Amino acid sequence: MGSIRAEGLRKAFGDVEALDGVSLDVPDGAFFVVLGPSGAGKTTTLRSIAGLERLDEGTVHLDGLDATRAAPAARDLAMVFQSYALYPKRTAFENIASPLRARRLPRADIAHRVRQVAELLHIERLMERRPAQMSGGEQQRVALARALVREPRAFLMDEPLTNLDLKLRVEMRTELTRIHRSLRGTFLYVTNDQVEAMSMADQVAVLREGRVQQTGAPREVYERPANRWVAGFVGSPRINLLSCRADGDRLVGDGGWSLPRPSWAAVEPGRPLLLGLRAEDLSLDRRDEASSLDGELYAIEPLGDRTLVDVQVGGVVVKVKARPSAGGRPGERLAVAVDLDRAHLFDADTGVAVPR
Amino acid sequence: MGEISIEGLQKRFPDGTLAVEHLDLAIGEGELFVMLGPSGCGKTTTLRCIAGLERHTAGHIRIGGDLVDDLRPSERDIAMVFQFYALYPHMTARENIAFPLRAEGLRDADVGDRVAEAARMLRLEGLLDRRPGRLSGGEQQRVALARAMVRHPRAFLMDEPLTNLDAELRADMRAELKHLQQRLGTTMVYVTHDQVEAMALGHRIAIMREGRLEQLGTPLEVYDRPATLFCARFIGSPPMNLVDVELTNGALTGPGGLAIEPPAGLVRGVRLVAGLRPEALDVTDPGAEGTVAGRVVSEEMLGDEVIYVIETGGTDLHVRMPPTTHYGSEAPVGIRHAGGPPPVYDPGTEQVVA
Repeated sequence: MGSIRAEGLRKAFGDVEALDGVSLDVPDGAFFVVLGPSGAGKTTTLRSIAGLERLDEGTVHLDGLDATRAAPAARDLAMVFQSYALYPKRTAFENIASPLRARRLPRADIAHRVRQVAELLHIERLMERRPAQMSGGEQQRVALARALVREPRAFLMDEPLTNLDLKLRVEMRTELTRIHRSLRGTFLYVTNDQVEAMSMADQVAVLREGRVQQTGAPREVYERPANRWVAGFVGSPRINLLSCRADGDRLVGDGGWSLPRPSWAAVEPGRPLLLGLRAEDLSLDRRDEASSLDGELYAIEPLGDRTLVDVQVGGVVVKVKARPSAGGRPGERLAVAVDLDRAHLFDADTGVAVPR
Repeated sequence: MGEISIEGLQKRFPDGTLAVEHLDLAIGEGELFVMLGPSGCGKTTTLRCIAGLERHTAGHIRIGGDLVDDLRPSERDIAMVFQFYALYPHMTARENIAFPLRAEGLRDADVGDRVAEAARMLRLEGLLDRRPGRLSGGEQQRVALARAMVRHPRAFLMDEPLTNLDAELRADMRAELKHLQQRLGTTMVYVTHDQVEAMALGHRIAIMREGRLEQLGTPLEVYDRPATLFCARFIGSPPMNLVDVELTNGALTGPGGLAIEPPAGLVRGVRLVAGLRPEALDVTDPGAEGTVAGRVVSEEMLGDEVIYVIETGGTDLHVRMPPTTHYGSEAPVGIRHAGGPPPVYDPGTEQVVA
């Protein structure tokens, strides 16, 4: 068992409101990711759940029982940090075994558990090495193994992949998903990397300035962002946001462009809005004079499997996902076809999505 | 003008380390040329030799046709931009930009003209009286670039200038830099270890490894046909799937019996490795035409695409699919290669053979 329910968490450090009423409902066995920029309150949330921070307000329930005032050790949660914090003079085996030795488990049981976890993480051959004899990725696996060996109620992970290079991060993402599936444990995972959140989570909570902006499955958060910050934080390249107003059945942009107003968008005339367009919902190939933006080619960024074409539209540079061979010269005139069914609208003042 | 030629460059440090073993490069006038490689590959040392900050131990460097081997950095007429944040904090943007011109003893009126010109090109007009502390990261970067520009150098040399910026700003500045370089038309040599940045920016990319050139080509050339297994592993994320293949009766077969269109000129009877890009593979319902059986190891929904890891014949393959597909973990699926003939390597020499 390993459900976690945090309700109305508040925590201030001096004048700084780190948590401003954070609530999370993490079901048993979930891979739950808290995503947000640095300073959003992610680590404080995690530390509060672990019992390492004293809350000003709010409650933490573990498996339905109030643990708000329980000591960290009594909560039976394992933490994995971005720094590996291995004992430098001990071998990988001894590092992984240390939480079990502290609990005075019989020697044979310890060896058995360590071997199981080592197999799960593919680090059997590292068992006799000391941290200095291992690469960063190997050390991270050993640190993970040390957390996993305990069979705690849940695993709390604070940006564990941040210090790894891109290749290893991609590998470890797949690896963590696999480990989560075979352990069937609860993972509460904190990161500022939206790719990690999207790729591993079954539930994502997007945090900004100490408040949860939206909770949902990755696909939901991507396709129906609750506000402009969620839209801007999830997805790469970042969603294009263009200032505009509704004028009759048109949307009129600050830069002079105009598009048909999507039928679902019931908005007050004249109200300042942001039109959110993802790079893949724009096209340079499709001909659609009724709903396209005129612009000038700004730059071409080939990425191999696709090319990003930057187009200047009324003073704003818009990124368009195009086929790998797309080309052109800066200054060239272009028409960008907009898939309005997939467009997003946000209130420019509050940032909240216009309902569809 | 701004073309740079490097012939037989070698740099051995006093402690014996051979940072650059042998390098020949011809960088064209007005080109945005990227040197890419992991740390220790010799890319920064090469840049520092071009700048004159290191004295190479063999070979020749020419800038605009002039031999510069024995010239001091200040005599080479190039501008070096390191981290974009190296601005004087107590000076305004205007004073920062004017600094190299004042150091040269230019007249006030000329300094004013040059600063105004750079500020206009970099859209800094409204910000000239601010100090760096009151500028955003992107604005500071433009000021640093303006400072490098005002001298009208023959070339810009840049060493990982975007490394310290956060991901979003880096993506914005990348487009900005490329746009500017094209407008200015000044030769730029850009060093990075980030393959995405290299692809997005470079007209051509030189991939370096252990002091030698591993591959030279346009972004699409190095992406579509990496010259060596090292390049194949270095470019693209998720990386190219490098799989053992067999050639029998003109047919190329991969893990689990996967049929791959063979490139021309393959030699029979040798061990071969094919490089399959994730987007050159398709995941389908099990049993679909032309597929072999596989199993979903993981499904990563990234919004505009889904990355699958599919196990077939004991090998894990990365596959890039549109977001409309959905196969859960452990689901049985079909997998096929659909991308035309892939590059094929000899695992002994690590070189592309067809």
